[in-house]
Amino acid sequence: MEKLKLGLLALLVLTTFFTACKDDEDDELSGFADVEIEFDNRAGDASLVFGTEYTNAAGEKLTFSTFNYFVSNFVLVKADGSEYVVPKDSCYFLCKHDDPDSREVVLKNVPAGDYTSLKFMIGVDSAKSVSPASERTGVLDPATGANGMYWSWNAGYIFVKVEGTSPQAPLNPGTGENTFQYHTGLFGGYDSPTLNNLKTVSLATHHGEPAKVRRSGGPHFHLYVDVLEMFTAPTNVSVATNPTSHAGPYSKTVADNYADMITLDHVHNP
Amino acid sequence: MRTFWFFLCLAGVMLAGCKKDEPKPKFEGPFLPSNFPQPAYDLSQNPVTEAGFALGKKLFYDPLLSRDNSIACADCHISFAAFSHPDHPTSHGIDGLFGRRNALPVQNMLWKTGFFWDGGVPNLDFVPLNAIQSPVEMDELPDQVLAKLQAHPEYPALFRDAFGSEKVTTAAFLQALSQFMAMLVSANSPYDHYVRNEPGGTLPGEALEGLAVFQQKCAGCHATDLFTDQTYRNNGILSDFTFDQGRHEISTLPDDIGKFRVPSLRNVAVTAPYMHNGKFKTLESVLDHYDAGVKDSPTLDPLLRRADGTLGIPLSAQEKSRLLAFLQTLTDEDFIRDTRFAQ
Repeated sequence: MEKLKLGLLALLVLTTFFTACKDDEDDELSGFADVEIEFDNRAGDASLVFGTEYTNAAGEKLTFSTFNYFVSNFVLVKADGSEYVVPKDSCYFLCKHDDPDSREVVLKNVPAGDYTSLKFMIGVDSAKSVSPASERTGVLDPATGANGMYWSWNAGYIFVKVEGTSPQAPLNPGTGENTFQYHTGLFGGYDSPTLNNLKTVSLATHHGEPAKVRRSGGPHFHLYVDVLEMFTAPTNVSVATNPTSHAGPYSKTVADNYADMITLDHVHNP
Repeated sequence: MRTFWFFLCLAGVMLAGCKKDEPKPKFEGPFLPSNFPQPAYDLSQNPVTEAGFALGKKLFYDPLLSRDNSIACADCHISFAAFSHPDHPTSHGIDGLFGRRNALPVQNMLWKTGFFWDGGVPNLDFVPLNAIQSPVEMDELPDQVLAKLQAHPEYPALFRDAFGSEKVTTAAFLQALSQFMAMLVSANSPYDHYVRNEPGGTLPGEALEGLAVFQQKCAGCHATDLFTDQTYRNNGILSDFTFDQGRHEISTLPDDIGKFRVPSLRNVAVTAPYMHNGKFKTLESVLDHYDAGVKDSPTLDPLLRRADGTLGIPLSAQEKSRLLAFLQTLTDEDFIRDTRFAQ
């Protein structure tokens, strides 16, 4: 009997000990937290402000009035290559320059861990682009959330929409202004191929310093999105010679340019 | 006593008679014919219900969907012409404006992998938005349509009946129209009864001879019992496609200039005129085109190039008359007269 009592006591002590250890471990390596991603729109070295004049690589003076883009399919990658893929039902975001809240993307309930890279797509993937109406809610609703970011005749989303004025752009007789307009989409087609302008962005943290997700809180990624990158590298886009681009072949040039418009400035850890 | 039994029996017969009349005919979803492949549309994510179909039908016939409440879907998609626009090479939409292309029949939509002549819409649910937003068709903004429906005295209750909420959402609006279009299945033509070996399913001799010609000379593109292989091809209607580049306007690919979706031939005898631009008024002129009228261009379909360098598909006068006899057997009177679908 005494032996049994002693045994029980020992078990109790051990259990307490291990439970305490497990709590510490929980804080470090398990649990979930939100990851914030700020899309900070820029025009070269400056913050993007609508109505302010900037100069593109072709030397043209540009004033922006619209800068919207879809980002989707977020993946967080650990140093060992293992991935956390944000669930399909919560991985689509529409960032609008004139709606700062829309540019603060929150990835909910990310598993704790040390992540060294962030991957996502500029645009809306092909599977979602051909999915039924029941799966097009929120920012993907063509009549409401995606209003102005959806083509009904070449059914799919406008991935990136850039509009503005420039003295170098030709006069638009409709508005009486010298305008430029770049609406870029196309996901590769369904029953027959089309141009595919989907771009994947992969951003490694600086010097392998991880973004830490802990039960107590998650990191904040501060990204720069440089609208002037759409006008250069690999090909300079001139508002004088190509003032508009929609669902035509030239959209490939525009998309290849903006593929690298998003960079990682820094990560705040909790 | 005999009188008692007599009246009891009479009452029984009367009750049985009443009972027989009482239940409404059970609503049946879309007809999925045995001679068709599997549908491309996923019915499980939008099952067709009686209330959803009724709502979709009301929307299809309602000009409220257009900017000035003047044009309904049904204005260019008329039931007796298999929901196409008879006698109109291209259709007049809002403000009397004309489109560039011949209105296609709305039939067997469940099996289509691409919609419109250029396949610009890949999912049935999103077909109506194209017509609604087209500046020469309905020229209306989808959010405006939703607002008009929400403010309407009848629609919110119909949306509740069909989808459980009076809120007129984009999804419910599009799903209702899909449910109506899903029901528009045409597969009861004399050819179908013949090919499914159904009672009375015999074809006249000339039509059978036409079927043999068809299988040899036409089924390369008008394949399967859908009578289309759902590809995009340049069939030599024009040699210059500057006005309308077809599939190229969707894909941007140079190889797609002048290509259009191979249309189904179901109900072809009642859907004149023919081709994307409505160029031909009669089936005879269509056959004459394939025999001797094909125009060359870089993307012309290889099936229309003969070994000797000439173009088209040679057809004798006898083959043409046999083909015409066969094409008549694709007219589905049940479908075009179906009171469930007509206004």
